[in-house]
Amino acid sequence: MNVLQSNFFELITIIFYCILIFVPLLVGVVLALYADRKIWAAVQKRRGPNVVGPFGLFQVPADGLKFIFKEIILPDSADKTVFLIAPIITLALSIAAWAVIPVQAGVVLANINVGILYIFAISSLGVYGILMAGWASNSKYPFFGALRSAAQMVSYEVSIGFVIVTVLMCVGSLNLSEIVLAQKNIWFFIPLFPMFIVFFISALAETNRPPFDLPEAESELVAGYQTEYSGMPFVLFLFGEYINILLMCAMTTILFLGGWLPPIDVYPLNSIPGFVWFILKVTLVFYMFAMVKAFVPRYRYDQLMRLGWKVFLPLSLLAVVLTSSILFFFKLAPGMS
Amino acid sequence: MSISLITFYLFSAILLLSSLMVISTKNPVHSVLFLILAFLNAAGIFVILHAEFLAMILIIVYVGAVAVLFLFVVMMLDFKTSLEKDNILQYMPIGLLIGLVFIAELVIVLINTRLDLSNIQILSNPLDNFSDQSNTEAIGSILYTNYVLYFQLSGVILLVAMVGSIVLTLRDREGVKRQIVSEQVDRKGKIELLDVKSGEGIDL
Repeated sequence: MNVLQSNFFELITIIFYCILIFVPLLVGVVLALYADRKIWAAVQKRRGPNVVGPFGLFQVPADGLKFIFKEIILPDSADKTVFLIAPIITLALSIAAWAVIPVQAGVVLANINVGILYIFAISSLGVYGILMAGWASNSKYPFFGALRSAAQMVSYEVSIGFVIVTVLMCVGSLNLSEIVLAQKNIWFFIPLFPMFIVFFISALAETNRPPFDLPEAESELVAGYQTEYSGMPFVLFLFGEYINILLMCAMTTILFLGGWLPPIDVYPLNSIPGFVWFILKVTLVFYMFAMVKAFVPRYRYDQLMRLGWKVFLPLSLLAVVLTSSILFFFKLAPGMS
Repeated sequence: MSISLITFYLFSAILLLSSLMVISTKNPVHSVLFLILAFLNAAGIFVILHAEFLAMILIIVYVGAVAVLFLFVVMMLDFKTSLEKDNILQYMPIGLLIGLVFIAELVIVLINTRLDLSNIQILSNPLDNFSDQSNTEAIGSILYTNYVLYFQLSGVILLVAMVGSIVLTLRDREGVKRQIVSEQVDRKGKIELLDVKSGEGIDL
């Protein structure tokens, strides 16, 4: 009985922590959606959302409410179960990855040994939501969108994997907290700058952001895999997509920008709590994401594939070999002295 | 009953059910989706065994890459026509034969290794000198030292297979206009950047 009781309390605390992650994440997504539209508008000299609430801040919640109360239309020829499971999978997976993200020293829900592999695994599952949606819709444009998206995500995962390997060689651990702590002296984006760029661009492609938003290119495919979706399932896709974007921003922060560490370890800066630095850095990376969306034209599909397989893959492979050689010959690798 | 035991039974129940569904559903896409569910639950069982590296690699390689390609191929099939011709009895003899072979192999293995269930800890950690390392380190330190030759060899075999399949499918077609990026980028003299004064314009 005692064992069960302690297990029960453990379960309750875990659920409490999950809520503690989920609620700020939802607020983050709402703000990200708003920021995305505002930045996009500012670049194009428009105003963006400015009517609902102060500075248009309530535009996104209002849109969300509208979607929730809309009718869910199930296409007649769709595979209904798969059709409805697809958005749920997308959202659930994108939230699940946040379980291992450390926002401050020691503040993480699951501090597992293979944290970075876990995130890599979860994000490689993300393609299923899109593939299932495209297939289950039983319609041409969603299917094309899903195929494009799947090919794109699988291609760019390869270079993301190699970039992660490069970083891991400098750290000597797969644990995300230790990756951050290894950047105490120098953030990895300085010694590994080319890999930072490769990771950033691959992250754009992985999350189907412009200029790589071919799966939902409206001029060619209506709305890609989301074409047949309406109401709540559509919102699940939208939220899943933005949580994934925030996840990629957090990953960039952890792998290259020193996670929760302050820029310089001096008095007024290091007294600010770590999660503030973390959020600031994620915001900065998201700002870059939004700016890229605003001023880079969409790639053609063959250009996208060329960039992934013929530029990034050889480049990141070269970086793996080069980094490991340098670490080995100058005896810089962790565990060598 | 501890939590890990409950989760073990949960994972293995879903694993068995979904693998049954893989071979019993009519729709091939559903089959692949159930196969993915089976992979995920197998990964869950690995995690319970504290083999978290294997679990993650199973998901990344099989679910993230191999099953995506499965799904790609199966989604392209026109399965509505193939369903009608499907006859389970047709495949029964060969399926039974393969199943019997597998059962026989399992039985032989179980008889030859005196399985001592009271000592399950040793079974899940057959190499005892790695107890203080995480299993990622343990796998790395044994794979790249004792078994480096086999590891490299299997890598080369995979590379040969990849090159082979590319060679087999590559064909040069006549009259294909390819984009040569270096030529496009290097077009000095043909393109020029002009600073146009506002209100005056320029002659071209």
